[in-house]
Amino acid sequence: MSDKANTRSATTASSKTPPLLEVKGLCKYFPIFRKGIWRRQIGLVKAVDDINLTLNTGETLGLVGESGSGKTTTVRTILRAFTPTSGSVFFLSKKGLINLATLQMRDLKPLRQEMQLIFQDPFSSLNPRMTVGEIIGEPLKIHRLVQNSEIKDHVAEMLKMVGLKPKHRLRYPHAFSGGQRQRIGIARALIMRPSLVIADEAVSALDVSVQAQIINLLVDLQQQLGIAYIFVAHDLSVVRHISKRVAVMYAGRIVEWAATEKLFTEPQHPYTRLLMSAVPNPDPRVPMNFLLSGEPADPARLPSGCAFEPRCPEKIAVCSRERPELVEWEAGWWVACHLRQESGL
Amino acid sequence: MKPGMTPYSEDILLNIVNLKVYFYTDEGEIRAVDGVNLTLKRGSILGLVGESGCGKSVTAYSILRLIQNPGRIVDGQILLNPRKGAPIEMTSLSLRSAQLHQLRGGLGSMIFQEPMTALSPVHTIENQLCEAIFIHQHVSRAEARKIAFKMLSRVGIPGPEIRMQQYPHELSGGMRQRILIAMALVCQPELLIADEPTTALDVTIQAQVLGVIKTLQRDFGTSALLITHDLGVVAQMADEAAVMYVGRIVEQAKVQLLMNNPLHPYSMGLLASLPARNLRRKKLPAIEGSVPALTEIPPGCPFHPRCAHLIPGKCDRGNPPALNELVPGRKVACYWREQCL
Repeated sequence: MSDKANTRSATTASSKTPPLLEVKGLCKYFPIFRKGIWRRQIGLVKAVDDINLTLNTGETLGLVGESGSGKTTTVRTILRAFTPTSGSVFFLSKKGLINLATLQMRDLKPLRQEMQLIFQDPFSSLNPRMTVGEIIGEPLKIHRLVQNSEIKDHVAEMLKMVGLKPKHRLRYPHAFSGGQRQRIGIARALIMRPSLVIADEAVSALDVSVQAQIINLLVDLQQQLGIAYIFVAHDLSVVRHISKRVAVMYAGRIVEWAATEKLFTEPQHPYTRLLMSAVPNPDPRVPMNFLLSGEPADPARLPSGCAFEPRCPEKIAVCSRERPELVEWEAGWWVACHLRQESGL
Repeated sequence: MKPGMTPYSEDILLNIVNLKVYFYTDEGEIRAVDGVNLTLKRGSILGLVGESGCGKSVTAYSILRLIQNPGRIVDGQILLNPRKGAPIEMTSLSLRSAQLHQLRGGLGSMIFQEPMTALSPVHTIENQLCEAIFIHQHVSRAEARKIAFKMLSRVGIPGPEIRMQQYPHELSGGMRQRILIAMALVCQPELLIADEPTTALDVTIQAQVLGVIKTLQRDFGTSALLITHDLGVVAQMADEAAVMYVGRIVEQAKVQLLMNNPLHPYSMGLLASLPARNLRRKKLPAIEGSVPALTEIPPGCPFHPRCAHLIPGKCDRGNPPALNELVPGRKVACYWREQCL
């Protein structure tokens, strides 16, 4: 496919600036094969199923859900670490609006400068045989953005930005603590000055006292550089702090998507409510709900109706038959639940 | 009696006095636990919080004498005071003694963090549960199976008869953690040590598992030492809480007091930095710096390089402050707080 077919001129949409990222009907299915010589396909895991999302420049979108709900697969499919089964991902790059979902690998590579990833584990995501300077400078080398002699200066500047010292570039990762390593990972992601950064559980592995430092750093850098984040996390209080809008995922689908404060103060989907009531509040006077039932849905064996129906305390007859679509319940507030669709009428 | 030592009392099940556990490695002596004082009241839950590497787990493992080479308990006492029989000084027991063997899983038992590594992959759930029963109770196979079945229903496992014939890999993480709870409580121990029992689980499953622990702890009258790094879990589960930093307890108090009005600068900093407590603020008040390596513990109070209330000349030299009862019912180890009051 040629570049032209994928590139819609940005001027056509100039009356209203398109969002930085617009995900439409994104699906990623993984086949399940029977073991043995005749590897016959016996099923399909719908890891990501019909995801719709938008993200504006400089904004943060939080993505929450239990493990196995498809958060990581969603963000990796957006970045084309996986090729989507169907759907489109419109990304507003410097060259205009591009559909990442259908792009050839060779056209994708230059775009990688504009979208970067921060990983969860600061111990396994840094190569122990490279110095910090080599790790942070490597993206510049790969994309041949600056002269080799200038890399040192760029790395030093980046180290200062993330709160480390320029002299640290000569050391190896093992000499740093978990929080400092995460700063190195952030420096590596931001040295390309990306417009989109995906933070996949970026603060989950850190200690409580260090976590707050890294959250502050991410917020500061966003304000300085105008980066948009997709912040994937299972810790709801962190997501609430950092995100402008939050999407809740269950069994590969978005069940609720709204502005952060609205979602946290009046959650509409029963699953969102369940998830929030399960978070232990650090104030002993606020009781938590211990009375949850059931286990997360298995994405290989989803029920025909709503995936949450077996665990839902508020289910009605229609829930086991029909799958609710994600509809706009209120302006900017999307909910996929039969109960909300009826009351919305 | 030594100062700071809690007097012998009927309602205290576990009393740890000045416990020191050092590890002798190539890099030198590592003081993982360096003078821990801790008391656990009968029938209550004590939450032990701290960051990774602060010595929470080493403290817990010491109680049942599970510290392995190159680690050694070099000083201190661990007094266990069961309802029946004489008090036991755990540090004086020989590792090979029959008494220690009977104690583990009988009077005191443990739930570990990683259920997959704590369960045997080659034995059925039934065999693993019944093993614990056979060691501590004189019952027949059929009776043991009945006890195991009952215990599995108590921890909320659906279809226990099927699950008993299965192997750990056939169960989900939450289910495995329930099996571990069942194994730990099947002999109705007086002391339950839970080392990060829900850290590997999702919040929804965590809530279920914590609910099971709390219900059974109440029903059996068990006392529990709950180790976690999650302040929310402590607030919701524990009656009392103790905060640990670099091998020492810096504060112990009733959970409501500690969570709502911490006295030690470290506990104050930890609680203030939680996003849940800063709903309308963009910037989180973070504690500066990071936890020191155990090979480079600063002199004086180990928290002084990060402390906002540092008293120069006092906190940064000499001995670390002792854990004293500064306010009735509240123990704090801090020179600054001593001066404030």
